[in-house]
Amino acid sequence: MINRFKYYLLRSLDPFLMACILFTCFVGLFVIYSASGQSFDKVIGQLINMLVALILMWMVANIPPNILERLAVPVFFVALILLIGVALFGEISHGARRWLHLGIVRIQPSELMKLAAPMMLAWYFARREEGLRSMDYLVAFILLMMPVALVMRQPDLGTSLIIFAAGFFVIFLAGLSARLLISAGVLVAILTPIFWSMLHDYQRRRIEILLDPYQDPLGAGYHTIQASIALGSGGIFGKGWLNGTQSQLDFLPERTTDFIFAVFGEEFGLVGNLLLLAMFSLLIFRSYMIASRAHNVFSRLLAGSICLTFFTYVFINIGMVSGILPVVGVPLPFISYGGTSLVTVLLGFGILMSINRHKALVPSS
Amino acid sequence: MRNFALEQFYFHQRMRFAGLGVLIFLLILMLRFIYLQIGKYDYYHTQAENNRVALVPIVPNRGNIYDRNGEILAQNYFVYTLEIVPARLDNLQDTIDRLSKLVVIREKDIKNFKKLRTQTHNFESVPIRTHLTEQEAATFAVNQYQFPGVSIKSRLFRFYPNNKTASHLVGYVGRINEADNKSLESMELSSNYKGSEHIGKAGMEQFYETILHGQTGFQQVEINADGQAERVLSVTPPKSGNNLILSVDLKLQQIAESAFGNRRGALVAIEPKSGEVLAYVSMPTYDPNMFIDGIDAEAWRELNDSLDKPLINRPIRGIYPPGSTFKPFVALAGMSENKRLPPFSIADPGFYTLAGGSHQYRDWKPGGHGMVDIQKAITVSCDTFFYGLAMDLGIEKLASYVRHFGFGEKSGLDMMGEIGGLLPTPKWKEKRYKQKWFGGETIIVGIGQGYILVTPMQLAQAASILANNGIAMRPHILKTVEVPDHSKRYDIPQTQVDLIHIEPEHLQIVRNGMIDVTKPGGTAASVGAGANYDIAAKTGTAQVVGIKQGAKYNAAALDERHRDHALFIAFAPAEEPKIAIAVIVENGGHGGSAAGPIARQVMDYYLQGKIPKEAAPANHPVSQSTAVGSQEQLND
Repeated sequence: MINRFKYYLLRSLDPFLMACILFTCFVGLFVIYSASGQSFDKVIGQLINMLVALILMWMVANIPPNILERLAVPVFFVALILLIGVALFGEISHGARRWLHLGIVRIQPSELMKLAAPMMLAWYFARREEGLRSMDYLVAFILLMMPVALVMRQPDLGTSLIIFAAGFFVIFLAGLSARLLISAGVLVAILTPIFWSMLHDYQRRRIEILLDPYQDPLGAGYHTIQASIALGSGGIFGKGWLNGTQSQLDFLPERTTDFIFAVFGEEFGLVGNLLLLAMFSLLIFRSYMIASRAHNVFSRLLAGSICLTFFTYVFINIGMVSGILPVVGVPLPFISYGGTSLVTVLLGFGILMSINRHKALVPSS
Repeated sequence: MRNFALEQFYFHQRMRFAGLGVLIFLLILMLRFIYLQIGKYDYYHTQAENNRVALVPIVPNRGNIYDRNGEILAQNYFVYTLEIVPARLDNLQDTIDRLSKLVVIREKDIKNFKKLRTQTHNFESVPIRTHLTEQEAATFAVNQYQFPGVSIKSRLFRFYPNNKTASHLVGYVGRINEADNKSLESMELSSNYKGSEHIGKAGMEQFYETILHGQTGFQQVEINADGQAERVLSVTPPKSGNNLILSVDLKLQQIAESAFGNRRGALVAIEPKSGEVLAYVSMPTYDPNMFIDGIDAEAWRELNDSLDKPLINRPIRGIYPPGSTFKPFVALAGMSENKRLPPFSIADPGFYTLAGGSHQYRDWKPGGHGMVDIQKAITVSCDTFFYGLAMDLGIEKLASYVRHFGFGEKSGLDMMGEIGGLLPTPKWKEKRYKQKWFGGETIIVGIGQGYILVTPMQLAQAASILANNGIAMRPHILKTVEVPDHSKRYDIPQTQVDLIHIEPEHLQIVRNGMIDVTKPGGTAASVGAGANYDIAAKTGTAQVVGIKQGAKYNAAALDERHRDHALFIAFAPAEEPKIAIAVIVENGGHGGSAAGPIARQVMDYYLQGKIPKEAAPANHPVSQSTAVGSQEQLND
């Protein structure tokens, strides 16, 4: 009886993914304990975030993909309206308008959009399955650029990049022709100066400093330089847990959130970095398998996008901490402190699990 | 029209492509890790260490200064200071107001504080009150919680326990200023002065700064990003500065200074055999303790504007005509050229005229000294004799001979800022005034007047060389350097700088002439009265204001500051000299009566341990000897 109940509770959860997620989260708690200066409060806080996110993941994992498909359109437009609401009535903090007060709940619609946008596009391509034309890619692109532009205006470069990536992966996997892709690339090259002029000063500065962080070692380049010092001085085996001087002596900024990988790399060294990268690779590999085996267009495109978007998170965060990408606000999944992005990432894995579990229920043609 | 299979084919093709992309990007990250964590590990390791480790200097204890008998001349002691870090205060004035209710803060303290603030960074601790009493320190400590940014510190202070005694000799330390920093930088000593606040500014403190200062120690401290110390990693202890043991005798110095009373002038006493300086007096003096933490403007103005010029280091920077004290050296110069050797004598008419000239170079004694040979010429200070001798020798020969006695040259004393005086030659005059040298100018150099200028140090050195039979030792104040724990001592080597060949009989003539100076009939008979050792001496009077032909010098009628300077050189015991002295009393009048007694007191103490019974004459003894002074005109 108990076994059956347990089975009912857990059958929706993919054991492989679950193992990787739980292990990585566990590592994350240790890193947060060190990065926060041995704060149990932060660890407890993150533990609660994890539990909430895992429950939400479990709930989504139990929603069949065909229902997700039906939800795609309303969710996307609700998210879009909320984004417009943010632009009009949003709460400003740290120079950006990201949050919306809905009575007692304060939400960040841009996070929701990270899943809503690929769902919407996957739904669109699934509808047009019978006769995809170039026009469809254009429509999809316009659908995607609406939220991307709104989020970029907030401004939130990191999140808009993730939303764009998530949507783009759907369009790419839906078979956007290579010719179009190349011409789009050319278009991007042409539009780059315009994009550049649209960026906020601080965003431009971040890109300039990326090219040469030592231009401004105490200002905009400080993050990158201190993170590189932390990683580099970690060496092969690291300085040991709680022993990272860059981390423990406050030289690393934002070290519980966006720059937590520097703390990890300083204390656990190259060996730790490669092991963590291996954990992420396993998660990506499993997601990749689920996407490849998905049985309809919507599931396939959505699963493929979630898989690649997860990798994008990892690559942008680690890339920026190790100094090969500009500093954009993208957290490291499972490790960075904070509930919002954890919920988004785990909801994505919930969708993957749902797709994986329900493949048999979807009629295969 | 596409079918499902084609769509699936495209999807898988794209997924494979994306998978390849993921692998490539993963590889890039791995290569980046390897580059940072293996390739540039050393570089970043150093950077991380530089981030976290700060060096905090530990200032070494400055060496003490002792006299030759171990009496303290300069030392350090701990005092409580009340200090403020301006950057940590909201309202400085309010804090000072509230502080002044707990401890005494005078107007002077606030002025000093404001001056120091302009010289320091906002985050540095600046003293508002020094020398807190135990009571005041305790009162503040109880109320400390009301004063964030204010604290009591214990600082090592320099202290000169003898106050005004020997101030020009010992000198003083003062706060390091911009100019000091620049010179430290040029000597590449900056790193050793991290954390040091004081540096020697005058006297021994200045000259032997590098010996006294010591080696700055360092504390390696782990700091956080805000620069706050988290823990101490290692300590390199500082090495205290070495102690100086001077050749000066404090008691002798005190006797000499008090012998001056409130008169201005200088005295230098040297041990002829070693060149050790036994006393080094510059009057008036000042209290070096005033300078340590910045002298306040008022006190500075008072010192600097005083007509008595107490800040001038007279022994090496005061320049005076040597007057008749120059005559023994002229006599030796003459005899070395076989001129005026006994029994040569002149019948002194009381003046000298150049052949064919009408100008009379007068002797100080109207009517002259009668028959005068070279020995008597010294004893009675016969001007006429030396006018003729100088003329006969010529300025070139005279100058090149006396140069060996240190005239016109720096003595090489271990003290900053020495002036070399002036030994005139025709070449010098041509260069300086673009004028020819006149014979008459040679004549008056023969009695130590005219262009010739000496410092008291030079005069003492010349007397010392004479006393030492022509062997010139480098004069020095530092006798011994002692390591801080007193376990080892290093004596400063005595160096001979010149050897003047003087025929013994010439030397004996001059010595006898000088001994007779302090005997009845000599110009300083009173100085030798009652002494049970022989004193070889020579008096001198240096003119401050020119006297017209035919006019008479009347000390009483002259403004005090226009009176003649009194000079005196001596060595004793005459046959086996242990001390050579030069004394100058500014505007003191006659050398025998004004300067001589000071020298006598010094010699009595040094040779026999005699402490003068009465205090020095309170005022100028010129008045009592006006009669004598008015008789003795140019030179005595």
